Amino acid sequence: MTKNINKKHDRRSFLKITTLAGGGLVLGLNVLTSCKRPGATAEAELEMPEEWYEINAYLKVGDNGVVTIFSPNPEIGQNVKTSMPMIVAEELDVDWKNVVVEQAGLDTDKYTRQVAGGSQSIRLGWNSLRQAGATARRMLLEAAAQEWGVPVSELTTEAGVIKHEKSGQTTGYGAVATAAGQMDVPEEVELKDPKDFTIIGTPTLNVDRKEIVTGKPLFGLDVQREGMLIAMAEHPPAFGMTVKSFDATDALAMPGIKDVFTIDIRPDGAEQQWSDVSAFPELVVVVGESTWQVMKAKKALKVEWEKTGDLESTDTQEAKLAELIKKPADKPARKDGNPEKAFAEAAKVIEREYSAPFLAHNPMEPMNFFADVTDEKAELLGPIQTPEYLQKTVSAVLGMPEEKISIMMTRQGGGFGRRLYGHFGTEAALISQKAKAPVKLVYSREDDMTNGVYRPAYKVKYRAALDENNNLIGFHVRGAGIHGSPVFANRFPAGAVDNYLAENHSLDSNVSTGAWRAPRSNFIAGAEQSFLDEVAEAAGKDPIEMRLELFERAKNNPVGKDNDYDAERYAGVLKMVKEKSGWAQNDGDRARGVSAYYCHNSYVAQVVDIVKENDRPRVDKVWCAVDCGIVVNPVGARNQIEGGLVDGIGHAMYSALTIKDGKPQQKNFDSYRMIRHTEAPRKVETHFVDNGIDPTGLGEPGLPPIMAAVANALYRSTGKRLYQQPFVAEQELLG
Amino acid sequence: MATFDVNINGTNKRVEVEPDTPILWVLRDSLGMVGTKYGCGIGQCGACTIHIDGVAMRSCSLPISQVSGKKITTIEGLSEDGTHPVQEAWVEHDVAQCGYCQAGQIMNAASLLESNKNPSDAEIEAAMAGNICRCGTYVRIKDAVKTASEKMS
Repeated sequence: MTKNINKKHDRRSFLKITTLAGGGLVLGLNVLTSCKRPGATAEAELEMPEEWYEINAYLKVGDNGVVTIFSPNPEIGQNVKTSMPMIVAEELDVDWKNVVVEQAGLDTDKYTRQVAGGSQSIRLGWNSLRQAGATARRMLLEAAAQEWGVPVSELTTEAGVIKHEKSGQTTGYGAVATAAGQMDVPEEVELKDPKDFTIIGTPTLNVDRKEIVTGKPLFGLDVQREGMLIAMAEHPPAFGMTVKSFDATDALAMPGIKDVFTIDIRPDGAEQQWSDVSAFPELVVVVGESTWQVMKAKKALKVEWEKTGDLESTDTQEAKLAELIKKPADKPARKDGNPEKAFAEAAKVIEREYSAPFLAHNPMEPMNFFADVTDEKAELLGPIQTPEYLQKTVSAVLGMPEEKISIMMTRQGGGFGRRLYGHFGTEAALISQKAKAPVKLVYSREDDMTNGVYRPAYKVKYRAALDENNNLIGFHVRGAGIHGSPVFANRFPAGAVDNYLAENHSLDSNVSTGAWRAPRSNFIAGAEQSFLDEVAEAAGKDPIEMRLELFERAKNNPVGKDNDYDAERYAGVLKMVKEKSGWAQNDGDRARGVSAYYCHNSYVAQVVDIVKENDRPRVDKVWCAVDCGIVVNPVGARNQIEGGLVDGIGHAMYSALTIKDGKPQQKNFDSYRMIRHTEAPRKVETHFVDNGIDPTGLGEPGLPPIMAAVANALYRSTGKRLYQQPFVAEQELLG
Repeated sequence: MATFDVNINGTNKRVEVEPDTPILWVLRDSLGMVGTKYGCGIGQCGACTIHIDGVAMRSCSLPISQVSGKKITTIEGLSEDGTHPVQEAWVEHDVAQCGYCQAGQIMNAASLLESNKNPSDAEIEAAMAGNICRCGTYVRIKDAVKTASEKMS
């Protein structure tokens, strides 16, 4: 069964590639005759075809029916290299075992939004990926119909085989692929009814799993090329400093060292992109033959730095945020009803402040990039979440047209937002140009952790007004951060309270900040959901029941028009987690906390169980209820939720990046504490709402709510409310 | 520069490097074996874990001059074709997210199971505590170690 769900598609994604005389869309004759190759989805060896026929930008069909699907978006661990091709394969109606997945390079003509960010790859790719598969299927069908002289409407497909039931004829996709390439690209295609999906919704293993567990070269740092040199860059030791001069005499005398020079990634007149965040545009670069030689030479550099701004410290920044949070904003971000009156008339007012420090992204693979820049062209290869913007910046900085700059993405050893800001790619390009050689730029862990682009430091103040019947009659949130407020004015409980006020402050600083997994939500969810737990307690209500009352209000009689959540779906995940966890606030030795949050278009509710071991609280189990619409790959989806909550627990409990006199105080994992095996939950149980709604992303939504679920459970375990992250700093008991 | 003969994955290799060069960089830069990962350089994250005479060690903090006569095993040599029970369990549980730390996790888990065929949950957690997974796949890692343990015992 198929039905027409979407008729329109973006034609530029389906433009045919240059037609070769007589041969359909023949590409790469005898490209690969080897058997098993990276990206092959099957466990067994897959025989590679003699010839490939490119049907559209997303796929090519081999003469033996094997299909290569190109995954357009950067893979940073969110598993899109598996889930995006699954969507194409579903509509193409091919056997997943006969699919090979390849990472596509940056190609702004063929693809739209090749970005890993905002958990949007699946949501925004859903239609175009389905169209890509369905369009190719239709062209294959038309080719078979023409060959057999039958109407295309009489043909069906199943797992890569075309059938004409009336005549009993069948053929594989491979046999008609060359003819299919000559068909017109259809203006309209039919898409499957989701109930007929056979690949989407089926647990599917990571396409790179074999290569990962056998140590094959996959990542940016693994890139090796003939004649390639290694480069490392020294940045100033403090925010507010730049390079004044350097003495490279000792470094240059060391074995393997080729050159030492400075670069500036912001030359006058070069246009900047939003992604060009770096506190240290000028760097001293060491180029040499091997990583260890360059690491040692970098330490032998004598660099004189000069002050260009204030040398800030965490203490003074926190004091400034504390002052800021006392002041009303010039203009409210949102105001409903009369909050002043509601608070004046309240029977009870609860007021609390929450704060969190800067966080480093710390992907396990430090920043790096390969570049080979000549007078004619620039080849860039490496881990980047925003290749399109890197291309624009490299073009501006090198003064080279974009079409001469190719960017290929490797598999990326984590992103978490850090690789949105591709200064390291620009640096690699400039270094290669100056060194006149192919170069791999490598950041040490210390270079990576002290380079900035941190999760902003935040502070937020909440006030709630209860009437004598313990109804929430007023709600006030005021947020501040370096840089930017964490408050989303139109998120819950906006829409559920008659008198509501949201205010934003931003504090400037020369410490660079940027998007960090689930930007703003990664702090505000924890604060908001901890606060609501206290409000429920003050009102004498069960925390889930109180939230459900508010959602009922927001659903039936919402306040305001701009509420950015669906109250029914929000309540749905809470009800589900309540049922699955057998909710009760305390259960014998177990202390429990609940939290729910909506961000990046998905809804997640979590219940945490804490047990005491050797007098220390330990997260034993987490229940998750998730509404992300259709679940494309259940095994990958669960992994994202599990990883997100472990990440959230770790950063709420243990991690902080502090500054003293402009200098980051944590430089490596000996002083920057990351969650480890012994601190992770023992068990995670994840349930998905089955509602058939078009899918939304999961890279981020699992993280934000967990911080409050843990804080609320810890309160019930220890009797102490937690207001400052990391929680270990507040409560030594946590170890 | 000095010449060193090392036995890696059963093969003798000769390299010319400075004596203080960590095995990690000998593997990655001199021998082109990049399965062993750089994560921190100070033995804190475990991404660079290899086996020296069958025991898990941090290759980022171990100079080449200290391993003469010892047998080095890397992720590339743990099995010929990815069929070590730990590797198979990692695939079965679809452990990896970004995948970068997993070679180190696998090498550490394989070493644990050599010395303790049937570790308890607490023993797994303690033995694996030196390996950071930034993606947070700890729950699956533990499940995979248990599966491998069942296969090996």
